[in-house]
Amino acid sequence: MERKVKISVQNLSVFFGRHQALRGLSLDIAANRILGIIGPASSGKTSFLRALNRMNDLDPESRAEGRVLLDGADIYHPSQSAVQLRKRVGMVFALPMPLPMSIYDNVVYGPRLSGVRDRATLDEIVERTLTSAFLWDEVKDRLNLLALRLSGGQQQRLCLARTLAMDPEVVLLDEPCSGLDPISTARIEDALSVLKARYTIILVTNNTKQASRVADETAFFLMGDLVEMGETSQIFTVPKDQRTSDYVTGRFG
Amino acid sequence: MQDTPNTPAQPKRPVRRVTGGVATWCRDQLARYVFLAVAFSATVSLLLIALFILKEGVPFIIKIGLKDFLFASEWDPSVGKFGIYPMIIASLWVTLGAMLIGAPLGVAGAIFLTQFVPRSVMRIIKPMIELLAGIPSVLYGFMGVMVLAPFIRNHFGGPGLSLLAGAIILGIMVLPTVISISVDAINAVPRTYLEGALALGATRWQSVHMVILKAARSGIIASVILAMGRAVGETMAVIMVVGNAVKIPHSALDSVRTLTANIALEMGYATGLHRQALFATGVVLFVVVMILNSLAMAAMKRKAGS
Ligand SMILES: Nc1ncnc2c1ncn2[C@@H]1O[C@H](COP(=O)(O)OP(=O)(O)OP(=O)(O)O)[C@@H](O)[C@H]1O
Ligand SMILES: [Mg+2]
Repeated sequence: MERKVKISVQNLSVFFGRHQALRGLSLDIAANRILGIIGPASSGKTSFLRALNRMNDLDPESRAEGRVLLDGADIYHPSQSAVQLRKRVGMVFALPMPLPMSIYDNVVYGPRLSGVRDRATLDEIVERTLTSAFLWDEVKDRLNLLALRLSGGQQQRLCLARTLAMDPEVVLLDEPCSGLDPISTARIEDALSVLKARYTIILVTNNTKQASRVADETAFFLMGDLVEMGETSQIFTVPKDQRTSDYVTGRFG
Repeated sequence: MQDTPNTPAQPKRPVRRVTGGVATWCRDQLARYVFLAVAFSATVSLLLIALFILKEGVPFIIKIGLKDFLFASEWDPSVGKFGIYPMIIASLWVTLGAMLIGAPLGVAGAIFLTQFVPRSVMRIIKPMIELLAGIPSVLYGFMGVMVLAPFIRNHFGGPGLSLLAGAIILGIMVLPTVISISVDAINAVPRTYLEGALALGATRWQSVHMVILKAARSGIIASVILAMGRAVGETMAVIMVVGNAVKIPHSALDSVRTLTANIALEMGYATGLHRQALFATGVVLFVVVMILNSLAMAAMKRKAGS
C-alpha cells in the first residue's frame, strides 16, 4: 500500500513554562493507518497528541515551536483557527468525559455546532457512529439517558462515537482503554481496525501489547524524544535502538 | 461522636502515648463543649427571636384576618387601617427590579471572571468583590440620594426618590452575592467538560453557554435566589432612596414604601395595635425570606444530587 502522509511533524518542541515536554520531534503520520505511540509515563505522549489539535493552547503557559503540517498546511500558522482544526482532528481523552447531557445529545453535540439541525440526519449520525463504536446495541433503547449513567467502558465508546460524529479526518486517542476491562478494550480495538479505512488514527497507549495488536506503525517516545518509529512488526521484533528493545520486552529502567 | 483516643479497646498503645493522650483528650472534650455551647446559644437566640416575632405578630393577623391584612390597600394606623398591600407590591417590584439588574450583571461578571480573565487576576478581583458586600448599606443609600435620585429626576422626571432608584441601588448591592456564589458554582464544573466541548470543535463561548452554564445552573440559580432574599430584607439603603409614600405604584418613577421600610420608619412611635401590626409585617417578611432561602437550598441540593 502506498503511504500517503496526512500529518507531517517537523522539529516540534512543546514547552510548559520553562519545562520542555517535547524536544524537537520530526515524524510523518500516514493517512488511513493506525499509529501507535508507546513510552513510559511523562515521556510526552499526551503533550504530543494535544499539540496536534492545539489543545495545549488552553494552557497559557504552553508554547509550541516547529511545524505541524496537516495536508501540507501548518496548523500553527496564525491564519489557522484552532476551532476549525479541532473539527478536523478529533480527540478521545484518557478518562471518558461525556458532557452532562443525554447520550443522544452527546453524540450530536459536534454536528449541531456545525449547524446540522435536521432531525433525520442527526438520527442517522447517532446510529451510524454508535454502531461504529460498538455501542449501539447496548444503548439504542435509552438514547435519552444521561450519559454519565453509563458504565466507564460505555462512556469511553460514547466519547469515541461523539468524536466520529464530527466526521473528522484524524482521530487522536489518548490511552482510551486505560480504565477498561478486556472486553470493552477488545471492542474499542475492533472499532479502530474498521475505522482506519476512513480516518487517520493516532493511538497513545501504555499497553505495549495493545500497540502490537492494533497499530500499523509504532513510535517509541522517551523523555520528550522520539527514539524510534517504524512498522509495528519491526519495532516489536527487530528494534533498531537498544532502549526500544528494552521497553517493548519489559526490561526497561 | 468520635471514639476517644484511649478507650480500653486499644490496650496495645505505648504507655508514653497514653499519658500524652489524657491531656489531649481533656482538651478535645473542653473544645467540644465550648463549641457546642456557642452553637447552641446561637441557635437558641435565633429561635427566640423568631418565636417572639411570631408571638407578637400572629395574634394580630388572626384578629384582623389574613386577607384584610395582606390585601387591603389602606394603611393608616391612627384610624385603625392596617392594609399592607401597597407595601407588598412595592417590595415585590423593588426586588424584581433589583434582580433584573443584578442577576444578569452578576452572572455575566462571573462568566467573565472565570472564563476570560487569567486565574491570577481572578484571585485578586474575587476577594475585592466579596469585600464590596461589606460596605455599609447606608453608604449605598447615600450614593443613591446624592447621585442616582437627582439623575433620575432630571432625566426621567418624577420625584427621583423612587421605585427605580431602589431597584438600581439594590441591584448593585446584590452583585457581590451573585458574582461570588456564581463564580464558585462555575469553578466547580469539572474542567473536563470544557476540554470535551472544545475538543468537539466548540468555540470558547459555545462551550461556556452550552456546557458550563448548564452544569453550573443550579448554583447560579441559588445565587440569584439568595440575592433576592437580601434584596427583600434590605432596609436602610431602601428607606433612603424610595421616597416612602404608602401607595400602589403606577410607574417605576413613583415613590413607594417597602415592608422593611414600613417597620423601620414607624417602630419608634408605634404602640398597641399599631405595634402588633408592625410585628405582623415582620412575620410576612420572615415567611417570604424563609421561602426564598429554602428555594436556594433546594437548588443547591439538586446540584449535589445530579
Ligand atoms: N499543562 C502542563 N503544564 C505543565 N507541565 C505539563 C503540562 N502537561 C504536561 N506537562 C509535563 O510534560 C511532561 C510530559 O507530560 P505528558 O502528559 O505529555 O506525558 P505522557 O507521556 O502522556 O505521560 P503518561 O503516560 O503518564 O500519560 C511531564 O513532565 C508533565 O509534567
Ligand atoms: Mg498521558
